Amino acid sequence: MLRFVVRRLLLLIPILLGLSILVFFWIRHLPGGPASALLGERATPQAVAAIRHQYGLDKPIYIQYGKYAKQIITLNFGTSVTTRQAVSTEFKQRFPATVELAVAAGLFAIIFGIPLGFVAAKRYGGIVDHTSLVVSLVGISTPIFFLALILKYIFAVKLQWLPSVGRISPLIDVEHPTNFYTVDTLLAGDISAFVDVGKHLVLPAIALGSIPLAIIARITRASVLDVQNEDYVRTARAKGLPPRSVDYRHVLRNAMLPISTIIGLQVGLLLSGAVLTETVFAFPGIGSWLVDAIKARNYPVIQGGVMFVAIIVVFVNLIVDISYGFLNPKIRLS
Amino acid sequence: MRGNSLKYALLLVALLALAAAGCGGGGGGSGTTGGGETSAATGGTLVFGSAADPVALDGILVSDGESSRVIEQIFETLVDLKPGTTDLEPGLAESWEANGDATQYTFHLRQGVKFQDDTDFNADAVCFNFNRWYNFKGSFQNPSATYYWQVIFGGFKTYNPKSGAPKDSLYKSCEATDENTAVITLTKPSASFLAGLTLTPFSIGSPDALQKYDADKGSVDADGIFHPTGTYSTQHPIGTGPFQFDSWTRGDRLVLKRFDGYWGKTSDKPTAFNGTGAKLDQLIFKPIADNAARLQALQSGDIMGYDLVEPQDIPTIQGDSNLQILDRPAFNVGYVGFNLSIPPTDDPKVRQAIAYGLDRQGVIDSFYAGRGEVAKEFMPPSLFGYADDVQEYTYDPEKAKQILQDAGYTLPVKLDGWFPTDVSRPYMPDPKRNFEAFAASLEKAGFKVVPHSAPWSPDYLGRSDEGKLGNLYLLGWTGDFGDPDDFIGVFFQTPQKQWGTTGSDEMKPVQEILDQAETETDEAKRTELYQEANRQIMQILPGVPYAHNKPALAFIQGVEGYVPSPVDLQSFATVSLNK
Repeated sequence: MLRFVVRRLLLLIPILLGLSILVFFWIRHLPGGPASALLGERATPQAVAAIRHQYGLDKPIYIQYGKYAKQIITLNFGTSVTTRQAVSTEFKQRFPATVELAVAAGLFAIIFGIPLGFVAAKRYGGIVDHTSLVVSLVGISTPIFFLALILKYIFAVKLQWLPSVGRISPLIDVEHPTNFYTVDTLLAGDISAFVDVGKHLVLPAIALGSIPLAIIARITRASVLDVQNEDYVRTARAKGLPPRSVDYRHVLRNAMLPISTIIGLQVGLLLSGAVLTETVFAFPGIGSWLVDAIKARNYPVIQGGVMFVAIIVVFVNLIVDISYGFLNPKIRLS
Repeated sequence: MRGNSLKYALLLVALLALAAAGCGGGGGGSGTTGGGETSAATGGTLVFGSAADPVALDGILVSDGESSRVIEQIFETLVDLKPGTTDLEPGLAESWEANGDATQYTFHLRQGVKFQDDTDFNADAVCFNFNRWYNFKGSFQNPSATYYWQVIFGGFKTYNPKSGAPKDSLYKSCEATDENTAVITLTKPSASFLAGLTLTPFSIGSPDALQKYDADKGSVDADGIFHPTGTYSTQHPIGTGPFQFDSWTRGDRLVLKRFDGYWGKTSDKPTAFNGTGAKLDQLIFKPIADNAARLQALQSGDIMGYDLVEPQDIPTIQGDSNLQILDRPAFNVGYVGFNLSIPPTDDPKVRQAIAYGLDRQGVIDSFYAGRGEVAKEFMPPSLFGYADDVQEYTYDPEKAKQILQDAGYTLPVKLDGWFPTDVSRPYMPDPKRNFEAFAASLEKAGFKVVPHSAPWSPDYLGRSDEGKLGNLYLLGWTGDFGDPDDFIGVFFQTPQKQWGTTGSDEMKPVQEILDQAETETDEAKRTELYQEANRQIMQILPGVPYAHNKPALAFIQGVEGYVPSPVDLQSFATVSLNK
């Protein structure tokens, strides 16, 4: 197991190297640069040249990359062009928001997706099955931003049950030592603030979790259908085990392997930044951070942000792979 | 999980979710509209939706609107603007006078003014600030760091050719001749300098705080980007204004509280704030980047006002009895620019024919959501120097054809025309549609327009700098401060490739008038000079202005006292919440 983990971690090195080269060269071929993004109509040719010189953008690209690579090795990800904060500081400020949103969306997708898929499989061909198919199709095919806007319009604007933007009410005064607002409010002992944070998570979590929910439901259904026709399940039933016991100890547990793969992949995707959801809900996570950086040609943030996201995705997938071992001892031993 | 436990667990989660949703009640969970908190005429908290976080709260080092919006509340300048106008009035200086040749300005400062850290505002503090800016070195001299110093004053004490800053500076020195008198000496006469001083970059900060919190400390990283290491601009911005800084959580909110020691409360001289200081207890800025999200936040009660309302949202807001629209006076101009160096737009007759061939009223009526007016010159009507009697060109395609034929042209006359894509500007919400409509009206006037386009940044802007936008192109400008120099001075005072004036002498008479006007300190004479310049510009026609557009702000009903400024410099001190 240890060798497996170390091997996977070592894979990070070529992945990050390749990614850094790709992103570095790609964004420098995008039209524009930080100079014109910063100054707009007020950019005179002299001002643009001065900024390019200051940022070293007038040097040959391999020299620029060499300088960048040296920085990265010392874990220095540079400074944001627009906010003048260190990229790593901004990432630390933003990442907790994305984690909270991803966890909320993931929980929503798992809590409703697995039972939906399971029941659909158990009542194969029935109304529940067909309904779950329709729900899944709608979930997958509805653009997230559209769903987000509809949810906001109904629940925030018309009914005024839930807030429409942000992570917490601007009127609430609470310290943020961890930047995980759920944790911070509990640490402060402010339950009403904690509830407020929860309310701010509901709509974005539903919008963001709709596609994972649909996917998890479909995979659960397929996986359960597959497993329940296996010999060992038929044997267990024939031996007279209670149906519930068969369903949960044998069917669902064995069906969980592909489901957990999907959950892992989905969580990885969620953590890499929910661009549309964060933008629509003004949620200050890394998705909206990267979008703003691309618009502003904020090279240090784009480069640093993409690298951080890659590291997260690799780690999450590693954890998923390790979790196989707990679900299926055969994999652990091999 | 076993048997029934899973079912019950799911049921519990569902119930909890419903309970959380249901116990929100009114107000969308943020309490800004409900709860009786805002029922008084004074006091209360206003939550304003900004488009982004400020970059920093040190005025001289920023040039973005969101930083200015907050800085305007915490700090003040020597010279102020009458609310809603570009007329100068006393700020931290009660009065001022210039010497004979307008190279020296003596400012008589208000007395009894305190900074928010309880230190005294006086002439030494004024000179400390000006000299701090003049002595900037290194990456502080970069145009993106000190843009407005360079626009108004030019260069710094130490010239660095690589910095991008100009060599010469308008600023010479500042002297505190007594506690309440600061004398600023310039290197040459300037009349636009006073209007420039109203800008937030020239806010006066507490010298104590500037030093204590290391405002000038910072380092340049390997990418050449300056980042502050002091905390002045992020945690301790200390000015004399009606609001003081309380806290800032990036991405979440920036909180200002009323400054109870504000001089305006006790001064016996009239102020813009009627001697009461701020009416609100608290002012909170919440950054919301997406336009639709800002509108929905207003509708749901999460914020109480926002700026930069999209034209298409205005009817929605006007149709909601809980909301109101406020107009910002137009301070921009959209124009069709020409290149005077390339044929056929090097021929004044052709340019005249184009002016008669542009259906400007049609474009304004169709694409400006009722908020535009036809521009007849290159600056807005609210600015001094505007001439009512310039040559006007109402749409007359037959006249245009006649001019071309009399000049010996075979119709149709071919023109290369450019417009930008991927952009919406305050003076030009929909460039493509404007262009298509203009091209169609020009076709009726004997022209054939070959369309070209490029993404706004950097291609279109880059091409405009290089004069590579064909014969005619769509562009515009939003003014920064209330001086004609900031409009027609920027466009026409020096030869530029954009207009082809580097290769043409046609605009020389206008350049000479503008040079004269820049240093003329007699207001009446200056006004006349700019009016004459406008008359000549509209004869020579380096371009055809076509639009002034009114931006809009939106608030919930009950927010009173906000006076939109044409140059986006407005205080929240006069704002109150009434329910």
